[in-house]
Amino acid sequence: MKRWLTLPTLCWCVFAIGLYGLLQLLIEIGVISVVWQITLANIGINVILAVSLNLILGISGQFSLGHAAFMGIGAYAGGIVLKMLPGYTGMLLGALAGLLISALAALVIAVPTLRLRGDYLAIATLGFGEIIRIIINNMKITNGAAGLSNIPAVANLTVIYFTIVLTLIIVCNFKNSAPGRACISIKEDEIASEAMGIPTTRYKVIAFVLGAMLASLAGVLYASSFYVIKPTYFAFAQSINILVIVVFGGMGSMTGSVVAALVLGVINYLLQSLPNERMIVYAVAIILIMVFRPKGLMGNFELSFARLKSLQDIKALPALWKDKILAVLARLKNKRQKEDA
Amino acid sequence: MSILEIRQLTKNFGGIAAVVDVDMVVEKGDLVGLIGPNGAGKTTLFNLITGVYAPTSGEIVFTPYNKAILLSGKKPWWITRQGFARTFQNIRLFKELSVLDNVRIAMHKDIKYGVFSSILRLPAYYKEEDRVFTKALELLDIVGLKEKQAELAKNLPYGQQRRLEIARALATDPTVLFLDEPAAGMNPQETADLTRLIGELRQRFGLTIILIEHDMSLVMNLCERIYVLDYGRLIAKGSPDEIKNNQKVIEAYLGEEV
Repeated sequence: MKRWLTLPTLCWCVFAIGLYGLLQLLIEIGVISVVWQITLANIGINVILAVSLNLILGISGQFSLGHAAFMGIGAYAGGIVLKMLPGYTGMLLGALAGLLISALAALVIAVPTLRLRGDYLAIATLGFGEIIRIIINNMKITNGAAGLSNIPAVANLTVIYFTIVLTLIIVCNFKNSAPGRACISIKEDEIASEAMGIPTTRYKVIAFVLGAMLASLAGVLYASSFYVIKPTYFAFAQSINILVIVVFGGMGSMTGSVVAALVLGVINYLLQSLPNERMIVYAVAIILIMVFRPKGLMGNFELSFARLKSLQDIKALPALWKDKILAVLARLKNKRQKEDA
Repeated sequence: MSILEIRQLTKNFGGIAAVVDVDMVVEKGDLVGLIGPNGAGKTTLFNLITGVYAPTSGEIVFTPYNKAILLSGKKPWWITRQGFARTFQNIRLFKELSVLDNVRIAMHKDIKYGVFSSILRLPAYYKEEDRVFTKALELLDIVGLKEKQAELAKNLPYGQQRRLEIARALATDPTVLFLDEPAAGMNPQETADLTRLIGELRQRFGLTIILIEHDMSLVMNLCERIYVLDYGRLIAKGSPDEIKNNQKVIEAYLGEEV
């Protein structure tokens, strides 16, 4: 028997394909306009970026402020290859080049800096992010500060959607395995982790490199969705944007990263006509999250079908939800009665 | 044959000599107690042996079989992989993780699949996960925490957290087990249970155990040989009875006669 063919996995497949079908349907009947499609593409790319940073920050607990640089590497690798070779082959080759270069860059950065802790690591990764941006700024093949334009638009929502699915599968499979647990233990308590025989530096490097590679995938998608890329797009500010999504959604929760990217993306879109007020609303949203949910929107919560063991369980779900809702209502009622008394 | 030999081990923190010229020989299967007043350097000695600190001078040699391994100056994870495991004086569990995960993480060294197998969910992943799961439950059963496997470590009562730390240390498949104040904060009943548990574990896994403890009922009941540290120096060693009547030890604990 194939061990991965379980009910939860099937549920996920149905969920992923169903969501994709719904998306396509809404586009077909015109509910999702072209502008919304662009917004969704942007949100999708942010989801990949946030999930990849969450792997570094939320799972292995390493504070990286240079994540946009890896996106930049992917974007430029994708852009350059795509301009030479338009089409899906070009995008695949570009993605491959981006993966390779970002993995190498991440390795070079990780080995010396991941010995640092906390603030020092943040500063070091920030510096390395800037170094990569400046290198891109001064290379001929990247067309310097002017950036690349007229990149063939190959990526569409379908490509982005399935890259998100792929990213989530990779990161969640990693999280629920021995190497993933080793990374989580480093975040929890590095000294205890090392005392339990886990080579901490090695696992920090693995998480960092994997996160950087996934970020470069997002970069490739970015380049082939938005025609134009410039070095300034991949500066410190973009790293902060990604960081905000991860913190907003909850460190360590992939569900949180997806939801946060969606929520912040929609807020961003709705306030597009008010560019100045937008930053205020954005800031207020983050402050509210920090005050009321310091562990992020989702905390440690992860959407999971693992509790479903058989088909009976699915049938029992509506009743279960009903019970839960009733319990919450009863609790609220109790509280109100207590307050009245 | 001696399994662990410490020669002239010294550790200075700036001007403070925390451990000075300590010599220790531990035989295979021994149950050794390490006692001394507060600040005597007991935990520092543990940290030196398990690699948290690098010694200023001296050697630590571990001979699990016939081949001697030099441990001084090596990384903690490497030392653990040679067959050392420890618990911590101030409990250091992975608090936000489940009891089961705490044990599974410690079994890392003998997991035979890597990042690729875990991402692609190759057969090796399932095979190893099953094995790890079964073994982790066995260990939890031994320390009496099998029913609590899904509980977060931080939600366990204090005594059970101490037991979980022992289970986690055992999960690394050690030859020598270091327990840093395993009975700290326990009531007499819990201490008695723990004393029995340590004895059982030693029999069952053929362990050599070295423990730091202030609770003399545990030390005197359990340990065959006791080392006494004071101000970083070894002031006495011997059987419980010898230690009880040793003039230097009494002075270290109660002060000199005027």
